[in-house]
Amino acid sequence: MDSFSILLGKGIQKISKLRGGGGSALPGLVIEKTNPNFLRKTLSKLPYGVVVISGTNGKTTTTKIVSELLAKQGLKVFTNKTGSNFVRGAISAILEEIKISGKFDYDIAVLELDEAHAVKFCENVPVNYSLVLNVQRDQLDRFGEIDHTAELLEKLTSSTKKCTVLNREDSRVAKLKSQKVIYYGLSAPLLKNFPNDDNLLDAKSEKKSNKKASVTLDKLKGQIATYDIEGQKFSCDLTLKGIYNAYNAAGALALCHEIMPEIPVGEFIKYLDCIESAFGRGEVFKINGTDVELLLVKNPAAFQLSLASFADNNHEYMIAINDETADGHDVSWLWNVDFKALPRVKYVSGTRAADMALRLKYDEIPVDGGNPDITIATNRFMSESKNPKRIFATYTAMLEIRKIITGKSLL
Amino acid sequence: MANTITILHLYPREMNLYGDHGNILTLVKRCEWRGIKTKVIEHEPGQALPKKIDIIFGGGGQDSGQNKIEADLKKISPELKKLVENGTPTLVICGLYQLFGKSFTTQDQRVIKGANILNLSTTAGEERLIGNIVIKNNQFGQIVGYENHSGLTTLEDKSQAFGEVISGAGNNGEDQTEGCFYKNCIGTYLHGPILPKNPKVADFLIETALKRQNPKFTKLQELDDSVEKAAHKSAANRPR
Repeated sequence: MDSFSILLGKGIQKISKLRGGGGSALPGLVIEKTNPNFLRKTLSKLPYGVVVISGTNGKTTTTKIVSELLAKQGLKVFTNKTGSNFVRGAISAILEEIKISGKFDYDIAVLELDEAHAVKFCENVPVNYSLVLNVQRDQLDRFGEIDHTAELLEKLTSSTKKCTVLNREDSRVAKLKSQKVIYYGLSAPLLKNFPNDDNLLDAKSEKKSNKKASVTLDKLKGQIATYDIEGQKFSCDLTLKGIYNAYNAAGALALCHEIMPEIPVGEFIKYLDCIESAFGRGEVFKINGTDVELLLVKNPAAFQLSLASFADNNHEYMIAINDETADGHDVSWLWNVDFKALPRVKYVSGTRAADMALRLKYDEIPVDGGNPDITIATNRFMSESKNPKRIFATYTAMLEIRKIITGKSLL
Repeated sequence: MANTITILHLYPREMNLYGDHGNILTLVKRCEWRGIKTKVIEHEPGQALPKKIDIIFGGGGQDSGQNKIEADLKKISPELKKLVENGTPTLVICGLYQLFGKSFTTQDQRVIKGANILNLSTTAGEERLIGNIVIKNNQFGQIVGYENHSGLTTLEDKSQAFGEVISGAGNNGEDQTEGCFYKNCIGTYLHGPILPKNPKVADFLIETALKRQNPKFTKLQELDDSVEKAAHKSAANRPR
């Protein structure tokens, strides 16, 4: 049965790739129907088991950090690299790697799953470790309300067998229950730089938690991050940009230390500085001698943190907002972001370019031009000057722009 | 020179879903651009209402937010009712729209009493009504927004509807009514937020407030609304 469905799945994968598709969802769907235990059987055989990383923002980058840090210590890490964070995507990724005999030659699986899919996943597959980053307003039209999102995540953490790593500074995350919980946190002076969902528009609700954190982001100066780990300070010069990524790395360190306690923490830190941004999450491209940074923005918290790290006078800015299903149909969230840090915006684009222009008008940010057509707007934005550029884009807009600026088809 | 317009923002922490902050920003900026001063007073549970209120605004919230304000709303509702009856321009969205009505019946048949300001009642529905919505109002013309609610609202007097549904669900998905417009109080399910892309509604609230301050006041100064109109048009053309 197993060999048959693996063969079937691999076959479909090949065909859908030949047809020019990404080959991600269909084979997963077929396996899910024909061999519902496939995922559990394959993953529960791994010596270190399964790690699930969830939360609203930062999953992809954090999954990348954890996978690379563990790989540097010699583990063979299976991860869902494509950013396809659904169960079917995970099955498809396994199909790529598994032998027809059923042999799946890995030590550990590190998977990013969004809240809803994490719940479905942990009902089927035993999870040894989980890391929950944050609960922020995302696509409310998909998950309903954020309190409900937190309830979904509790299903993941309470079924986690060995250890759950939680963000101490997010009240909805910090109260999640599990057999064993450790926290990562921020030093008091850094707290104000990280709005959680309750204080995004309201600095007053900022509270210091009394829970003890295994890893604390102690200081952040430019790209130099200092982590406090059980009283010892470690500094490192990050390649990853954005203050939120420095903080996600604290969660990643706490998790790696828990998975491989025999490895001194310094050994993980040593490799942290060379980790690069994940797909479309602060990636830097050099196009005709111009630096272009592409920043995914999905929701108010991510956008606000991105602006806190990446708004300056040395760059030209473009913002592309789409309202497809993967972006969220409701663009009300743009009004929960404060754009005043931006000096001016050269282009707005995407299906909701007009909404973005209107939002900027009410923060009195000058907008030079706009075009809903992303190809036109991106090409104009890229060709008008040699100045360094930054593009903020929602998910589907990011995929389009990435394709245009790299000049090749992806996914 | 006009006096300051005082805007009462009901429960900004508990009831702030879906960018309702944008409604306050729109009121403030559209006054500022005309040289009218504004003051926003945030009402938190337990506080007394200020003496002078020119515009009342309240947004939608999650269930947990609604539970936190239930007792306070009960306490201040007689005062709010008097303000609305006296013609205070008011905008309540989603959660507070429902709670401005007579009652809200939950899925397990618990009846929560509303502020009894608007002549309507709401029952929890089975599924959420979600998506872009376009309605028509005789005074303001076409209005665009985004709805996301499970409560089904029934108006006792359908002529009090804020608008007629052109596309989308509206109050209950059945009778084509959306929201409620009573005296100068607008209750609606429209997020988006509603005011930026529908500046006529924003200006109605501002103009009514100024007229109540000064009966001789006639008309607001026109603003360049080309950006607003473009966003309105593009939103009206998005699929549900």
